[in-house]
Amino acid sequence: MVYYILRRLLSSIPVIIGIMVVTFVLARLIPGEPCRAMLGEKATPAVCERFTREHGLDKPIYVQLAIYMDNVLQGDFGSSIRFSRPVTTILIERLPTTMELGLSALLIATLIGIPAGIIAAVRHNSPVDVITMVGANIGVSMPVYWLGLMLAYLFAIKLQGTPFWLPPSSRLDAGVVSIPFYQVWGWQVPPGTTLEDILQFISNFYVFNSLITGDWAVLGSAIKHLILPSLALSTIPMAIIARMTRSSMLEVLKQDYIRTARAKGLRRQLVILRHAFRNALVPIVTIIGLQVGTLFAGAVLTETIFGFAGVGRILFEAITARDFPIIQAFTVVIAIGYVFINLLVDISYTFIDPRIRLE
Amino acid sequence: MATISETFPLKVRDYRSNSLWRLTLRRIFKQRSAVIGLTLLLTLLLIAAFAPLIAPYNPNQVLIGIEPVRARQAPCIHLLGCPADQPQHIMGIDGNVRDQFSRVIYGARVSLFVGVTTVSFAVLVGTLLGAIAGYTGGWVDNVIMRILDVLLAFPSLLLAIAIVSVLGKGLINALLAIAIVSIPVYARVVRASVLSVKETQYVAASKALGGSHLHILLRRILPNAIPPLIVSATLGIGTAILDAAALSFLGLGAQPPTPEWGTMLGQERNQVFTAPHLVFYPGVAIMITVLAFNLLGDGLRDAIDPRLKQEE
Repeated sequence: MVYYILRRLLSSIPVIIGIMVVTFVLARLIPGEPCRAMLGEKATPAVCERFTREHGLDKPIYVQLAIYMDNVLQGDFGSSIRFSRPVTTILIERLPTTMELGLSALLIATLIGIPAGIIAAVRHNSPVDVITMVGANIGVSMPVYWLGLMLAYLFAIKLQGTPFWLPPSSRLDAGVVSIPFYQVWGWQVPPGTTLEDILQFISNFYVFNSLITGDWAVLGSAIKHLILPSLALSTIPMAIIARMTRSSMLEVLKQDYIRTARAKGLRRQLVILRHAFRNALVPIVTIIGLQVGTLFAGAVLTETIFGFAGVGRILFEAITARDFPIIQAFTVVIAIGYVFINLLVDISYTFIDPRIRLE
Repeated sequence: MATISETFPLKVRDYRSNSLWRLTLRRIFKQRSAVIGLTLLLTLLLIAAFAPLIAPYNPNQVLIGIEPVRARQAPCIHLLGCPADQPQHIMGIDGNVRDQFSRVIYGARVSLFVGVTTVSFAVLVGTLLGAIAGYTGGWVDNVIMRILDVLLAFPSLLLAIAIVSVLGKGLINALLAIAIVSIPVYARVVRASVLSVKETQYVAASKALGGSHLHILLRRILPNAIPPLIVSATLGIGTAILDAAALSFLGLGAQPPTPEWGTMLGQERNQVFTAPHLVFYPGVAIMITVLAFNLLGDGLRDAIDPRLKQEE
């Protein structure tokens, strides 16, 4: 098992290097000088030349690539051209925002998608089945940003003044501040260290941070702000998970051992959950793992609509503003996330189905 | 003297009626989702083809000075009690004082064009790459598939955004970006079916008869890839339309005043609280179009999947 994980991690290195090279080259191909994009069209040639030299953009592209790779291996992603701040700091701020959004969307998608799929399969061809599948079909066909806008209109305007009102933008109510847990607990953390970065990263998950510090005002505010964007983001994964659960369950329910279990007189619920669902789980987990990509793409749109300062939005802005360090760092992080999640999915197979051995 | 056929009248079965294509067609029409999808799609095609007849206005005509309407006016439908002296605009007026309904109708042309062209391009290139990779094997296969793996490792919309940034904004570049992003899917489908039949006896027979590589690939191997390819292409058109609309929504795809649904949504998204009708209708139009292709694709898959034959 350990050997398998190591081998998988090693074999993902070429893919990640490939991604770094592709992003690097693609970023350089974006027409327009970063100097003019940053300093405006009126920047004088002299100013531009100094800017280009300062950011190392005057060297041949392969030298730039080599320098970049070397820096990344030392954990240095450089500084954002647009914000003049280290990319690592920006990552620490932005990544938790998107991860929190993505995780809650995935949670909603799984918690609704799987039961819906099971019920549809158990009551195959019944009205429940038809309604679930029609719903799932509409779910995958809906533009995420449209659903987001419509939800915002419904909950923020139409339901204004009712207890169902929900805020249409940002992560917290105005005036509500999330205090990092390590500051609440009075930990002495030397500023500017990696330890502080890590603690800062963790505390930027507002829901988690307020949960462990017991700050219910922040928790309520964070959850309230999270509901609409996660709901919008969850529809496509939810529909896909429901469909996969249904078809996988239908396949399993036809098996002889299910008939045996029923013939033994076991309770229906037990047969469905213990005998059928566990055996149907492998493709369902696979498809859940694959949703992470959908979530990242959806995050660009959802974050734009709900005013979330997350990874998706900053990447979109960086691409249009030619902020190379941000583009490169964030794509690499996303790619590593992909590799990691795929590995996690593969490892989870051994727990779901003991017959599967990873070697 | 009676002939044998007169003495023993045998009912001659018409074997041609059971040809593969007919069987498949019959199975497609048995699929409820395929029929619904096909009906929706035909309706959309008719709307796109006869847009000038259906739309009451020119989609780009600004109505200032022509009619007593103001920007972002709510829908006015005579049947639903809108005063008869006011001009009818069943989807309201957009931010530039144009008839929203006419723009939504013309939008069908853009979206269907986007879906079909991107997927055709991606299928062509994907088939070529997948066929070469699968048929040649070895290092060629490895190189092609690893490059496609790298493409697949990016979230597709982000990669499309990056490609559009390189090529420049605009509908055609957005089409190209989405096509490039979706190549790996088709390449994989084709490669898988090539691999599955490459070692079969009839391919070996064709080789023994002196068939050229091209002949074997085109006549013996690739026909096997067509059914799964049709299914994934149909489903892919839906995704392509969604992605193109998303790019336009972000301002990278079709540029105004093109009546493209994503662009229309993107331009008015900040007005959703004051003029929700300008966001609502284009979104519904996108949804129906994508739904049509998804339903058709699902139905085709169920009809073509040979595993379902046993259940009939």
